[in-house]
Amino acid sequence: MAEVLDKEIVEKKPKEPLFSKRNRALINDPLNDDNPITVQVLGICSALAITVKLYPAVVMAISVLFVLAVGNVVVSLMRNLIPNRIRIIVQLVVVAALVVLVDQVLKAFVYDVSKELSVFVGLIITNCIIMGRLEAFALGNKPWRSFLDGVGNAFGYGMILIIVAFFRELLGSGTLFGVQVVPNSWYMANGGYYMDNGFMLLPPMALITVGVIIWVQRSRNTKLIEEN
Amino acid sequence: MDVNKNSYTFIFAAIMVVVVAAALSFAATTLKPFQDNNVEQEKMQNILSSIGIDVSRPEAAVQYPTYITKQLVINENQLKEGVDAFNVDMAKEVRKPAIERDAPLYIAEKDGQTYYIIPLRGTGLWGPIWGYIALEGDLDTIYGAVFDHQGETPGLGAEIKEASFGEQFIGKKVLDATGDLYGINILKGGASNEHEVDGISGGTITSVGVEDMIKDCLKSYIPFLKEYSGATASATAQQVTN
Repeated sequence: MAEVLDKEIVEKKPKEPLFSKRNRALINDPLNDDNPITVQVLGICSALAITVKLYPAVVMAISVLFVLAVGNVVVSLMRNLIPNRIRIIVQLVVVAALVVLVDQVLKAFVYDVSKELSVFVGLIITNCIIMGRLEAFALGNKPWRSFLDGVGNAFGYGMILIIVAFFRELLGSGTLFGVQVVPNSWYMANGGYYMDNGFMLLPPMALITVGVIIWVQRSRNTKLIEEN
Repeated sequence: MDVNKNSYTFIFAAIMVVVVAAALSFAATTLKPFQDNNVEQEKMQNILSSIGIDVSRPEAAVQYPTYITKQLVINENQLKEGVDAFNVDMAKEVRKPAIERDAPLYIAEKDGQTYYIIPLRGTGLWGPIWGYIALEGDLDTIYGAVFDHQGETPGLGAEIKEASFGEQFIGKKVLDATGDLYGINILKGGASNEHEVDGISGGTITSVGVEDMIKDCLKSYIPFLKEYSGATASATAQQVTN
């Protein structure tokens, strides 16, 4: 009798597949409808600072991906053990530890990029996306879902970072990943008619580029437009 | 278990701190050799860059011994034996009076010419600045200079790192007409004579830091270098006459 009862309970609550529709939404939503940068307008500071070139932007995106995914999983695993009154500090310690780890690894293996990113690796700690996801999602959800949420949000953040860096490096320096893509003969110095736009290298143009991305996104996805 | 009890909160916090500290110190100790190696390669890269050889960081370690023929340490205008010049901690040395410093000197041979590379260290606005200055055989003309910094303002003081700033020093003279140390003045525009270069707009304190750094650091070298290069010159002359 007891066996039958157990079986019934198991049948009533089938295990959710790893990539169910609900779980896939955790990855997909931050890419568009719920993008951390263009919709929630979080993490703007680093998006302006380190998008002059593609390579540092990619390294930054990977660093945030690591911190956010692992941080979400760790906090989610501990969610029933964390005393409520010190939960923010616990989250902060988890994030800070992961960031220091990333910083040390970058210094050891990609030293030149780590010099270029300088304080911005350390400032991942203050990136609102990370603390926001830990507090809003990982504290109340199971590890796998938290992991997907972390990966999704980091992709949403990294995607914008890379798009911005692509345009800034292309138009500002005429290169992509440091490789010259604008033909040398186009330049005015070589008798051509083209000149790199130095303004693209400055932070204001990053803000304007993000603004253009938001504009394009909202004209394609009309449900994001506020009514008033 | 009540996770909101005071005692639980304290125990949780204590355990968490110990675990995190252990994990981080383990990571830091494991990665230290790699990081030190990077810093060393970068130093070699900067030294080579001051005599106009621009190579990538890993390449610098390979090229370094072919160009840098001697590394000396000078103390009280005498050669000091038994100190590893490459690993002298300039941050400590510049706090002593110029004469008492263990001053490292790198001697480079390039295209048959001898260059004397002098490490510099001083203070900018937010933190330390440093660099390397290469003097030609006359101990007066600057052959090349590179500068770097820890945390100067990007776009302002941090511009000392750019090649365009360092290149201004090429061909400038550090000695005055009587052969005493004069240094290089960094001006707010209008640099004209052989002792002047243009500073950085908005980076005045860093620029002044560079000026003071050059004057201060060269003090430990000039008397020694005069004697040393004189001695080598007469030794070579003797060899020729023999």
